[in-house]
Amino acid sequence: MDFSIAALLAQDGITNGAVYALLALSLVLVFAVTRVIWVPSGEFVAFSTLTLAGLQLGKASGIAGLLVAMAVVAGLLEVLSAFRQREWKRLPLRLAAWTGAPLAIAGVLKWAAPLAPPFVVQILLTLVAVTALGPLSYRIVYQPIAEASVLVLLIVSVALHFAMLGLGLWYFGAEGSRTPPFTSATFDWGGVLVSGQSLLVVATSVALIFVLALFFNRTLYGRALRATAVNRVGARLAGISPAFAGMLTFTLAALVCAFCGVLIGPITTVYYDSGFLVSLKGFVGAIIGGLSSYPLAAAGSLLVGLLESFSSFWASAFKEVIVFTLIIPVLLWRSLTSQHHDDDE
Amino acid sequence: MRLTWSAAAVVVFLALVAGAPMFAPPFWVTLGNYIGLYSIAALGLVLLTGVAGQTSFGQAAFVGLGAYASAWLTTSYGSSPWVALAAGLAFTALVALALGFITLRMRGHYLPLATIAWGISLYFLFGNLEFLGGHTGMTGIPAIAIGGLELKSERSIWYLIWGTTLASLWATNNLLDSRPGRAIRSLRGGYEMAEAFGVDGARLKIVVFIYAALLAAVSGWLYVHLQRFVNPTPFSIIAGIEYLFMAVVGGAGSVWGAVVGAALITVLKQVLQDVLPQLLGRTGNFEMVVFGVLLIVLLQRARDGVWPWIERLLPKAPPAPVRDAAPLAPRDRGAASGPLLEVNAARKTFGGLVAVNDLSFRIEAGEIVGLIGPNGAGKSTTFALISGALALTSGDIRFRGASIGSRPPHEIARRGIGRTFQHVKLIPAMSVLDNVALGAYLRGRAGVGRAALRLDRQEEASTRAEAARQIARCGLDAHTFDAAGSLALGQQRIVEIARALASDPTLLLLDEPAAGLRYLEKRSLATLLRTLKGEGMTILLVEHDMDFVMGLADRLVVMDFGEKLAEGLPAEIQRNPAVREAYLGGV
Repeated sequence: MDFSIAALLAQDGITNGAVYALLALSLVLVFAVTRVIWVPSGEFVAFSTLTLAGLQLGKASGIAGLLVAMAVVAGLLEVLSAFRQREWKRLPLRLAAWTGAPLAIAGVLKWAAPLAPPFVVQILLTLVAVTALGPLSYRIVYQPIAEASVLVLLIVSVALHFAMLGLGLWYFGAEGSRTPPFTSATFDWGGVLVSGQSLLVVATSVALIFVLALFFNRTLYGRALRATAVNRVGARLAGISPAFAGMLTFTLAALVCAFCGVLIGPITTVYYDSGFLVSLKGFVGAIIGGLSSYPLAAAGSLLVGLLESFSSFWASAFKEVIVFTLIIPVLLWRSLTSQHHDDDE
Repeated sequence: MRLTWSAAAVVVFLALVAGAPMFAPPFWVTLGNYIGLYSIAALGLVLLTGVAGQTSFGQAAFVGLGAYASAWLTTSYGSSPWVALAAGLAFTALVALALGFITLRMRGHYLPLATIAWGISLYFLFGNLEFLGGHTGMTGIPAIAIGGLELKSERSIWYLIWGTTLASLWATNNLLDSRPGRAIRSLRGGYEMAEAFGVDGARLKIVVFIYAALLAAVSGWLYVHLQRFVNPTPFSIIAGIEYLFMAVVGGAGSVWGAVVGAALITVLKQVLQDVLPQLLGRTGNFEMVVFGVLLIVLLQRARDGVWPWIERLLPKAPPAPVRDAAPLAPRDRGAASGPLLEVNAARKTFGGLVAVNDLSFRIEAGEIVGLIGPNGAGKSTTFALISGALALTSGDIRFRGASIGSRPPHEIARRGIGRTFQHVKLIPAMSVLDNVALGAYLRGRAGVGRAALRLDRQEEASTRAEAARQIARCGLDAHTFDAAGSLALGQQRIVEIARALASDPTLLLLDEPAAGLRYLEKRSLATLLRTLKGEGMTILLVEHDMDFVMGLADRLVVMDFGEKLAEGLPAEIQRNPAVREAYLGGV
């Protein structure tokens, strides 16, 4: 291996690592606030790429179908809960939010897709549509069992992953898609060729992380989520509704995943089931941060990206083995250095 | 009459297992074989995840380890499947030990994370290693032979599979109802308490992890000799997740949940795969969608799985009566000379805050000493230092002449200190008897193996008799078989004292035993403590309630702002101006 190959691999690694970092952030966020290990995050990523690729071809039926299906179920749940509590006054508003809004988004997509809008508009449409799936999945799947144990929430997550995978095949088909690159520019930095595409991915990730940091540190809602993450009961006593916190968390996390999907679209061919392995790598990054520290999770994700690109060069058959076995020495290191604390769950 | 019903249910179940291969159509025999195999692996998860509270995604990988070990040894070296089983089990135990050692000494979510990594890596490793056949797998694996009889057909191996399944169910059920079983049942939600009675929680978690891995390896061994072919697919991380599905959907709190879950998931998947394409007239991943949706709805309706529903329909077996048995040997008290407990310049700081500032006092054998002081004086911190819940910053604590400062709680318990908790720590779902019997953990010796094989019954009878004796001593015999969580707070505090007494302690540490008690309950508690003192027990009492302490303690140690303010007889303390100022703010 000479320097130029190493530089190329490093560039690949950092680009992928930046995407994994975003995923790791969303996983940490969801776990901290709702205790859900968000297994289906990968589907959000894949669906985002596939939606954008569909819009390129003037089609939006896949994502629109998903939105309609989930909007109908969410609407039914709202009617059912209004019926149980004999509380009809707030139903129209709730129906408007849970059924009307997603249906409207689906309608706009269906209307706009054949008009071949500019690329930026397509990206915006994709982000909005995939983000809408986040709160919908929380409302339908997690909110009714928000107080269940971490194990039950995890199993439900996996069940949702299966369901979404099946729906993905149904709505998006089995073919893989790739989206066109955002830019074809390359820069020569002292003999190292850096693609504008990579720069854009890294810059977007960093910007998004920065915006999220601002949100969590400077805004009331951001602080409310942090409070919920630290102490669920305390936050509830202070008037932060767990259902609202959960919904907001899933909106943010889905938005981040939608960004990931848009970013990886030009880098790799995405199939309906590609998301799982991608999100697992984000998960490895999150683990290195102990599922609680954002900066460590981001650093861990970068490490995963680099390790992946270098091991694909040296031992491509064992690429996944190497990446996932990385967790074990990290855990060993944490096991030997950390205090053995005794807090009861 | 009702009992005969449950006996009939067992007979019907056994008859089904015994008769199925003779009468059932081949399709159902095959399905039944798989249900048996999956039950064995899911059973390991019931114990590890459902009971001990440690989530593992690696169960399928351990199944794969057992399967591949046997496949490789029998095809490449022509060894007998039985030899291969032994080798596979040994190898599995080693891997589980290593993984457990890395992850289970820490609390938190490390085991699930490590087992995800391990599950994924092993799958890719199986798929990429040439000598294991890569992704295409290995063929030509011999059948298991028992005394010249080759189990080649689905029907013939049925009895081996279901015999193993029933044996694992029996052994695991035995294990749960034993000395180590009580400790395993308290790992989730009662970890600190179990450690205070001598349970080495980290070690026990590793043992349970290995037990679960061995069950998985046995399942894999049976699988590979049933299929006579192996490839990596059934051992992927998805399969690892499916075993968790089975345990959780079936009901992870009971061994029968494993069988119910394995049967439900296996049949459901089969039915969906067969029926849905016919129903919809085309193929696709609809079975995955329906499968996922059904599971979500099921868990939204029944978080504890299906087995509790079935259990409600079955008649309840009455609790096993306590039999007379040889008493447990008393703990070795050693030669008593000098003070029983000596606190020498004990200090604990949290960052810049000095919670306990060079505190010194002694307790002589046979005394009741009260440790009192206003809120925030450092009483509870001192208590935690003595019981090992916190480590000393400096100074020393000696018990019967030997230093116990900064030792882990289970070692301090081993030396003869029994304790209660300020916030009651009982296992609510366990009976009062089982909760108190956990206190006698250090007086028994039965391990996992003896318990699983029912070789511990003599010791177990003695332990139960001892627990019942301590419950009666504290006046709670009417509640012996009630769930501990169903008792009133005052009674729960008494159960805690009975549990501490069951450990036959030399020194009893009581952390605010009177907190939250009503007047009459306090009076009976005081009577109990006086009786104990009369029998020679030494007691250290941390208490808020002045009347309660004054009437009970021989000596008082008063703390304020982390330091010893005064020490002396109750009457002296009442007259002490410094104490009055600390309590009443300068009169």
